[in-house]
Amino acid sequence: MGDQGIGKRVKRREDVRFITGRGRYTDDIGHPGQTFAVFLRSPHPRARIVGVDAGEALKLPGVVGVFTGKDLAADKIGDLPCGWLVKSRDGSDMKVPSRPPLAVERVNFVGEPYGIVLGDSLAAAQAGADAVVTDFEELEPAASLAGATTGAQIHPGIEANTCYVWELGDAAATEAAFAAAAHVTRLELVNNRLIPNAIEPRAALALYDRATEEFTLYTTSQNPHLERLILAAFVGLAPEHKLRVISPDVGGGFGSKIFVYPEETTACWAARRIGRPVKWTADRSEAFLSDHHGRDHLTRAELALDAAGVFLALRVRTRANLGAYLSTFASSVPTYLYGTLLAGQYRTPAIHVEVEAVFTNTAPVDAYRGAGRPEATYVVERLVETAARELGLDPAEIRRRNFIQPDQFPYQTPVALVYDTGDYQASLERALQRADYAGFAARRSASQARGMRRGIGLSCYIEACGLAPSQLAIQLGAGVGLYESGEVRVNPTGSVTVFTGSHSHGQGHETTLAQIVSDKLGVAFDQVEVVHGDTGRVEFGLGTYGSRSAAVGGSAVVTATEKIIAKGRKIAAHMLEAQPEDVDFEDGVFSVRASNRKLGFGEVAFAAYVPANFPEGLEPGLSEKSFYDPKNFTFPAGAHVAEVEIDPETGVVELVAFVAVDDFGEVINPMIVEGQVHGGIAQGVGQALMEHGVYDEAGQLVTGSYMDYRMPRAADLPSFIVETTVTACTHNPLGVKGCGEAGAIGSPAAVMNAVTDALGLKDLAMPASPERVWRALQSSTAERGRGTGPRSGTVEGAQAAQGSPAAARG
Amino acid sequence: MAQGGRPLKLKFTVNEVARELETAPNVLLVDILRGPLGLTGTHVGCDTSQCGACTVHLDGRAVKACTVLAGQVEGAEVTTIEGIGAPGNLHPMQAAFQDLHALQCGFCTPGMIMSAIDLVRTSERLDEPAVRAGLEGNYCRCTGYHNIVQAVLAAAAQA
Repeated sequence: MGDQGIGKRVKRREDVRFITGRGRYTDDIGHPGQTFAVFLRSPHPRARIVGVDAGEALKLPGVVGVFTGKDLAADKIGDLPCGWLVKSRDGSDMKVPSRPPLAVERVNFVGEPYGIVLGDSLAAAQAGADAVVTDFEELEPAASLAGATTGAQIHPGIEANTCYVWELGDAAATEAAFAAAAHVTRLELVNNRLIPNAIEPRAALALYDRATEEFTLYTTSQNPHLERLILAAFVGLAPEHKLRVISPDVGGGFGSKIFVYPEETTACWAARRIGRPVKWTADRSEAFLSDHHGRDHLTRAELALDAAGVFLALRVRTRANLGAYLSTFASSVPTYLYGTLLAGQYRTPAIHVEVEAVFTNTAPVDAYRGAGRPEATYVVERLVETAARELGLDPAEIRRRNFIQPDQFPYQTPVALVYDTGDYQASLERALQRADYAGFAARRSASQARGMRRGIGLSCYIEACGLAPSQLAIQLGAGVGLYESGEVRVNPTGSVTVFTGSHSHGQGHETTLAQIVSDKLGVAFDQVEVVHGDTGRVEFGLGTYGSRSAAVGGSAVVTATEKIIAKGRKIAAHMLEAQPEDVDFEDGVFSVRASNRKLGFGEVAFAAYVPANFPEGLEPGLSEKSFYDPKNFTFPAGAHVAEVEIDPETGVVELVAFVAVDDFGEVINPMIVEGQVHGGIAQGVGQALMEHGVYDEAGQLVTGSYMDYRMPRAADLPSFIVETTVTACTHNPLGVKGCGEAGAIGSPAAVMNAVTDALGLKDLAMPASPERVWRALQSSTAERGRGTGPRSGTVEGAQAAQGSPAAARG
Repeated sequence: MAQGGRPLKLKFTVNEVARELETAPNVLLVDILRGPLGLTGTHVGCDTSQCGACTVHLDGRAVKACTVLAGQVEGAEVTTIEGIGAPGNLHPMQAAFQDLHALQCGFCTPGMIMSAIDLVRTSERLDEPAVRAGLEGNYCRCTGYHNIVQAVLAAAAQA
């Protein structure tokens, strides 16, 4: 459809409000008579709540109320649930600790809320919170991931703090392949804890109408219908028809706003309790403490190869940190979104993975951009690169020897997935070309001449996104379906309102979905409006996560437009005195084949609402909806190349170039897709070089502000080279895959492969901060002095030898 | 934070409109803008003056409105994102941000645009490294800065 249909670089219509300051985020919304909430949060990683004395607080002017977990429990407010039941390898269910929205008897991480203070003003609520006296009995925490299974038991009945031990793949075949291997590459990998840090902090405004018993919750959610479902079905706040959840403009999510949190839940309850609206907005310190974190794995990984560098088997043992409680989808991240991705882009015939998921006295850990897939890619791509170095092969060549070939699709991996399509070598070759891989040696020499260390690293990732299909996922433990809804409502004058269950918090759905509908119906782009993020306007939906909005949400919209066209064809046929099967629809025109009789889409829409000349038995109106349930995951894949230069005097790593060549299938808006890749790369580079959520041994978060948790700023990054190759997804009507997470999935391994290449080290734990790099260089120089060579040993080992535990932190 | 001290009577100009209001002396400019003045385009993203989402112009220079106390704006001219352009009448920097997809969720965008306008106005010549260095006070978590840098360079070329 003209220059604003599928495949066009259409400027985003949502931008107009954002660039002029007219966006409407949750904190921008107020309501007469509203109170302000401040949460009482645990200063201890593990403690018993002996007593909460709010006497003084309640005497302060402007303090409206102080409530604790006991008040919610007395009102029978239920626990926050985990939506995915994972089974241990022995067949037993995962262990689920109780998680009331406000802690009742015990607190289990620093920042866990156990009370809420309401005030006429924020200042009054803050003063009230300061005046509450809480008596804690401190308990020994189990804060470290490495020591989780032998530390203090956090939850009653959950031994060794272990939620589940999950496995996937053929252990016997894997053992046999290792026994016969010519070479085995081994790595001990750390996937560092990340704190998501959407720039808009979480917020909520809860309203309750005593006359109708209806709640309205404005909140920073990526999936308002899921929020409503959980508040109704599990928390037991009110039935769904009495709950309206609105996610207005949302300032980034990256996964952290998928989950149902204590704060908005408690705000709703409190609004009913006090009979006034309750407003809460997190400050950044609260966000660091209480947003659910990401990653945090310890992994031992081994790759068995034959003498020619062909992969024979992969064996992976991972300990995954869940934090103190099971967040909404936490259990699925280190299992079905991780273990299933370990085949990568390769024909590795035997794979076995075992994941031990443990509780610690830290903030809950759940999906963060990529969710399991960056961790899997890091394991596979660090191993592959290391194996190439050990065998003296070009890292590009070892990948070529092992890629699944284009004629092998659909490809059944040994870890459950069936890849539908791809051409991995095409992406790699293009990426190598754009990165001038051939010219690297000369650039390295030039750097050396300036006293600098230069390295290059590859990462050929695959991801599974647009989670699917519902029935399979539910068999595997999912508590919800994985379809998406789309409704296309044609107005009498021919303009169109589209309702989607997916949610845009930066992805640009208001533009992209309008492009799709404009294209399919032949209606002008500016005649198509997209509505999302309101359970009062959109029938149902599962929201936006896992790069699903185009592949699943977009497909639902396409399916609804197909129904519109089918009905329109019947109306047009009647009006044109033809049979429906003789009526074609193209570019917004219904025409009778081999004739000059035709009707515009707008004329048919009008006839549907003013049915003067209308087919007998057909209902008036022109509005259709679809619940699209995907048949399979989509499998975006690509090749990333990072090039770094390291100053050995300071340990500072400069990312000098980054190339991403990704296969996302068909692309609806290339401009938006490139933007998604840019942002993903930045977050992946952040993980590799600077971001690290650190708890000390005592369980205190020591990276609780932007002073301590470093994220990429503009000067930390180069301009990126981003391109796409295309193999169309075979099972959705758009041929699209999913692009939201790829940048964050592929890039950490590429950057760390470049850093270790530059340093001549086998491994270095992320993030490669200046201190770590500098220490690594010092210890490798010292080791060289002792004659053991720079490539032996890991840096963590070298740090231990130096007796410097502090160096293990970023 | 408690509201202490005697109320201050303030006279200042916001987006070319004279304003008079009474406020506690320990209130921050950003809270005055977002609260009584209803100018919610200026955002709050952190509590350590590091994200830059609250950037506005104070007497023509970019400042973080979370580090300016109410008393400091007496007699001053404050310009917010709402004051530099509107739908249908965009500032060139706003237009460049849309044209080059320099925003995604939009939350950092007003602060980023206000910083960028100041950067262009106070720089003799801007190249990519200078733009990247000049935006050091503003975090963006969505765009990887790639398109922001392009947009600022494009707007600078027109200035």
